[in-house]
Amino acid sequence: MDEIPYDVKPHPVTGVYNAKLGIWLFLASEVMLFGALFSSYVLLRVGADTWPHGYDLLNVQLATLNTAVLIGSSVTVVMAWASLKLNDLSKAKVWLWLTVVLAGVFLVVKAFEYGAKFEHHISPATDNFYATYFTITGLHGLHVIGGIIAFLVLLIRGDKMWQDDSEHFTNRVECCGLYWHFVDLVWIFLFPTLYLL
Amino acid sequence: MSAEHDHHSEAHGHHEQSFVQKYVFSVDHKVIGIQYTISALFFLLFGFCLMMMMRWQLAYPGEALPLIGTWFSEANMPGGVMVPEFYNQLGAMHGTIMVFMGVVPLAVGGFGNYVLPLQIGAPDMAFPKLNMASFWVFLPGGVIMLASFFVEGGAAQSGWTSYAPLANIAPAGQTWWLVGMIFLITSSLLGSINFIVTTVQLRAEGLSYFRLPFFVWAQFVTSFLLLLAFPPLEAAGILQLMDRVAGTSFFLPAGLVITGQPLEVAGGGSPLLWQHLFWFLAHPEVYVLILPAMGIVSEIVANNTRRPLWGYRTLVYSVIFLGFMSFIVWAHHMFMTGMGTAMSTFFQATTMIISIPSVIILTALALSFHGGSIRFNTPMLFALTFIPMFAIGGLTGLPLGLTAADLHLHDTYYVIGHFHYVVAPGTVFALLAGIYYWFPKVTGRKMSEGLGKIHFWLSLIGMNVVFMPMFSIGMAGVSRRLYDQTQYAYGAQVQELTIIGSYGAWLLGVAQIFFIINLIKSIRGGEKVESDNPWQATTLEWATPTPPPHGNFTEVPKVYRDPYEYSVPGAKSDFTPQFSEEG
Repeated sequence: MDEIPYDVKPHPVTGVYNAKLGIWLFLASEVMLFGALFSSYVLLRVGADTWPHGYDLLNVQLATLNTAVLIGSSVTVVMAWASLKLNDLSKAKVWLWLTVVLAGVFLVVKAFEYGAKFEHHISPATDNFYATYFTITGLHGLHVIGGIIAFLVLLIRGDKMWQDDSEHFTNRVECCGLYWHFVDLVWIFLFPTLYLL
Repeated sequence: MSAEHDHHSEAHGHHEQSFVQKYVFSVDHKVIGIQYTISALFFLLFGFCLMMMMRWQLAYPGEALPLIGTWFSEANMPGGVMVPEFYNQLGAMHGTIMVFMGVVPLAVGGFGNYVLPLQIGAPDMAFPKLNMASFWVFLPGGVIMLASFFVEGGAAQSGWTSYAPLANIAPAGQTWWLVGMIFLITSSLLGSINFIVTTVQLRAEGLSYFRLPFFVWAQFVTSFLLLLAFPPLEAAGILQLMDRVAGTSFFLPAGLVITGQPLEVAGGGSPLLWQHLFWFLAHPEVYVLILPAMGIVSEIVANNTRRPLWGYRTLVYSVIFLGFMSFIVWAHHMFMTGMGTAMSTFFQATTMIISIPSVIILTALALSFHGGSIRFNTPMLFALTFIPMFAIGGLTGLPLGLTAADLHLHDTYYVIGHFHYVVAPGTVFALLAGIYYWFPKVTGRKMSEGLGKIHFWLSLIGMNVVFMPMFSIGMAGVSRRLYDQTQYAYGAQVQELTIIGSYGAWLLGVAQIFFIINLIKSIRGGEKVESDNPWQATTLEWATPTPPPHGNFTEVPKVYRDPYEYSVPGAKSDFTPQFSEEG
């Protein structure tokens, strides 16, 4: 007995392969991580004497653009997976590259937003509004970078992985896609919480 | 075994692994389990040594530590006398090391990794590489923690709870603590995902959920606690790190004055927020410490009473209920913070409720002795003792869960006595029982019974001599973090009890020498086991060759029956293994 069962093929009872269950569990823990940060935000805001409105201090236009960019990248990653399901590797790679580019755009826009704040000598130490803003968006940004690295690995080693076991590769894209949707979803919560309220 | 076994190893000869692949960066769950066990035992010993030094200071405050006192730096122990800052470091690091680097890695990383895949009939964990990563994230975390003793100002000294704002303004060691914690948390996270997926996906044919050994159930629930409770502490760690490094004030209110100097921060933070985030992890963590222990004890009790566990399903439902409830009791650690009567009342109620499944589990274990023909070997002695010791720990917890009684007992030695009874003669005894019990499977040799019994009796006496007086010391009002209780009249009057406790701690230290000798001696010279199933047990780990090869089972295992079919009327022998087709 050497092979680990259900590494690629779904389990007949649970209906998922191992990694898919794994990634869902990972996302559950991520929900708890960001959930704790959001709860801290609520607690600090409720306890504060005054709390500024996000739209007075932050750039809502840029954030709206970024929301669209990130939602777009969630679409492209699904298209990549769908192409693989239709056995079209080259198309899938195009969609994956598009996802990486959109993620990159998101980070560049975010960098401009951060830069504008630093120019005005605003930092996490300024007050608790900026402390939560920089901490949560910063952690989210790290998740975006993590996603980009995962996609780049899939792109660079994709040809070989596809040749070795096309279903396994498709599964990997699916798992990274699930993670990417989560990163997207966190932003969809972050955007109204920090910018619009 | 041997003919079949040799053939098996030859069949796998084509991918011979190098030493590093096999023993260092191994992806085999058994090697990783052993790596976890050895590192955790080392950390446990280290953490225990810190405590033995503290016991000297407590018993003989201001006197030079004999023999080794002069080995330490002038800053920490001038002339061999411990300074208060160093005492605080030892206290904070004792807690951190024992909980996060000792007991959890041993219970989950060690036993879980080694035994769980075997008990469910899997060739390995679902994600072997992730498993390896989990260990290699854990070890640097541990090293960072130990290294923090050598940074400017020493290791973390704000208690293992690292309460803000004290921890925010502590010396650099606290930053190392936070970074170390982030490593340890990440490691647990990777491990827990692996355990859950393995249990759900890789069970052998016929092994339905209600045929799982209770140990697997305990690990399964524990993994959910680790998965869902640790991230909030990670969040809290990130926030405190931001406070310390980036100058934010998540946990710092405005207007703090430190040694006469106002603290230059924006303010507006909440120290209470840290406590909520911390205890949201740390209460489930208590059950992370105890559930695997209950799992180990159940295995050993069933095996050595030669009886099925009493009320197997009740046990399973209780452990699930415990896991669920452990998420909504955390603020009973915070009755004294002024968070409000309504909150306190809610958490008092949930705390009383959570004691019910614990009592059910203990009762079921006790009822399992009924009609048994008990074998009093070393693993059984430790497992048996777990039951009354954990019961003392649990029952003394009830007054702490009631807000009125907690007013007096909060943060006294009573609390220390209470949770040490749960974790030290409770969990640690269960873990020792597990080592004695599974040692023959891992090495092919039994540990010495004679040395084992000396270890057991001395440990049992030592543990009780340390912890029993603490209830009285606590009720006298001595705070758990005092460096020198004789400075206060109410502390001085119970100083004798503290001195007795310290002798207990040193006796406990002597007892562990017998364990260490036993371990080292038995690995090479222990009595060889004749069969793959020396304890005549029923669960799947005993169906493997000894020690189990890579891939564990020589043929695909199949399960035909419930986990504990001991002394079944009409059966051929007094035990019928799960993997045996005919009863």
